[in-house]
Amino acid sequence: MIKKSMLLREIVTNRMLFLMLIPTVAFFVVNNYLPMVGIYYAFTRFDFNKSLFDSDFVGFQNFEFLWRSGILTRLTLNTLGYNAAFIILGNIAAIVLAVLVNELKLKWFKKLSQSIMFLPYFISFVILSVIVYNIFNYESGFLNTLLKGWNMNPVDVYSTPWVWVPLLIFFYLWKNLGYSMVIYLAAITGISDEYYEAAKIDGANIFQRIRYITIPMLKSTFVVLLLFALGSIMKGQFDLFYQLIGNNGMLYNATDILDTYVYRSLKVTFDIGMASAAGFYQSLFGFALVMTVNAIIRKINEDYALF
Amino acid sequence: MKIKEEKYSGLFKWIAYAVVTFSTILCLLPFLLIISASFTRNDTLVREGYRLWPGKLSFEGYEMIFKFPDQVLRAYGVTSLTTIAGTLLGLFFITMAGYVLQRKDFRYRNVFAFIIYFTTLFGGGLVPWYILFTKYLKLTNTYTVLIFPGLMTPFLIILMKNFIRSAVPEEVTESAKIDGAGDFRIYSRIVLQLSMPGIATVGLFLALGYWNDWLLSSLFINHADLYQLQYYLYNVINTVSFMASMGGNGVSLGGDIPTETMKMSMAIIATGPILLLYPFVQRYFVKGLTIGAVKG
Repeated sequence: MIKKSMLLREIVTNRMLFLMLIPTVAFFVVNNYLPMVGIYYAFTRFDFNKSLFDSDFVGFQNFEFLWRSGILTRLTLNTLGYNAAFIILGNIAAIVLAVLVNELKLKWFKKLSQSIMFLPYFISFVILSVIVYNIFNYESGFLNTLLKGWNMNPVDVYSTPWVWVPLLIFFYLWKNLGYSMVIYLAAITGISDEYYEAAKIDGANIFQRIRYITIPMLKSTFVVLLLFALGSIMKGQFDLFYQLIGNNGMLYNATDILDTYVYRSLKVTFDIGMASAAGFYQSLFGFALVMTVNAIIRKINEDYALF
Repeated sequence: MKIKEEKYSGLFKWIAYAVVTFSTILCLLPFLLIISASFTRNDTLVREGYRLWPGKLSFEGYEMIFKFPDQVLRAYGVTSLTTIAGTLLGLFFITMAGYVLQRKDFRYRNVFAFIIYFTTLFGGGLVPWYILFTKYLKLTNTYTVLIFPGLMTPFLIILMKNFIRSAVPEEVTESAKIDGAGDFRIYSRIVLQLSMPGIATVGLFLALGYWNDWLLSSLFINHADLYQLQYYLYNVINTVSFMASMGGNGVSLGGDIPTETMKMSMAIIATGPILLLYPFVQRYFVKGLTIGAVKG
């Protein structure tokens, strides 16, 4: 009762602030919280003509089918593996590049390279698929044109699953590096020159200055980026996988992730039961994973825990 | 000591220039490939493959697309409308939310921040979301469904919140309050003015999201008239039959459609306008993207 009246008083005194938050709260309620009710679909036999709670309850049948199809382990490992590679390599590459760009003394070169490296972030994944096709298609791709020119055998990338592991990682980095580099560069720009001057006077060379000043100062930026990346470790990069691989079943072993599987079940094979079961598994597994990682981090060093 | 220091710095400078130059070229090359291919004759492309330089200039891909420009232009129209409307609306909501959430005297700011952040941790998944929009909200084939889902993300709200916190000193809002300005007036007159780099950055992300989206069309749109540009491009790339039908009723295009060149020309046409935005917002970027120290 006391709590309620406190909230009420707060609403009255700060009504404008609450009003300004309404669109945002409404957005997340409709876009994110209402669909959570629909998790129930994973436990029913889907029928478009029936409303949610009229549908026949089938318990864990959908999950059983999903489990028996034998792809769950592969999907999970692929999703986790790719995301881990994206997060780890993406951040390392971004930090390295930001440190290097920061050392450039030629103003115009610094600006120009930064602008160009940001370009890939602007294009859609549909365009990226055009680029990849442009380079790797068997008949007339850039790579095979080169190979033929050197009298070497052309390679058939689109039917070789394993090469897509490095390729997908490479194109993820290619597309996002400029962006994450600028984030770190912004953080480096914010570091006061006094630290560097002091270190110089003490005789620290450039590697020591980077190691003991720049890198530690990037920690908070890194933690925030990690915080968001970790939340979506079971999701993420659907566009990349779907546009580059599409419905090319030959490559699924190496490239299928939960997102692409759910999308295909919904739009291509129309298996709503499987799709919602896989979707719920994805959400729950991701949530459990973040909670576990967070608990571990909290034990080691509370300051770095996400929440 | 001094000599050693300079030796290291010199070495490091060379590494920096070499690596950055290499990455820059790597980022630029694929663009050259597409541009070059879009200006190459189709039969040359098929016979000799993709090259970095077009050889003999040809516009047949572009000519082909603009022979029947109706659908391309309509897709352009849809995407322009959703991009402009979505970005403006999204910016309005995000800046308001960012402002309120950074107000230290707002007692429930952490509660609301958590409500927003929690959605990145857990969700209902694609299927319930899809069914909610199609079956219950009946948004299939509407502009609303192309605009609504892209209005905001937790990341952009927190980016905005942090930016406002660092760009607008508390004393400024305090003194405005003492002068009798209401919260919304403070937001519209002071906060927005001081947050331009943040607004430009978040605005660019929103605009990019809308311009590059194809998924919403593929999920919710069945009328070709309402296809977003990228989804139209996706169709052009992936279905030859789609191209054959582009001529419309009874118009036969014959067998000599320059398919390869046309794909590349479409790609250029679909990317162009959003690239033009970049120079205008670039100067705000490094300022707008300062992230860090945001827990709580």
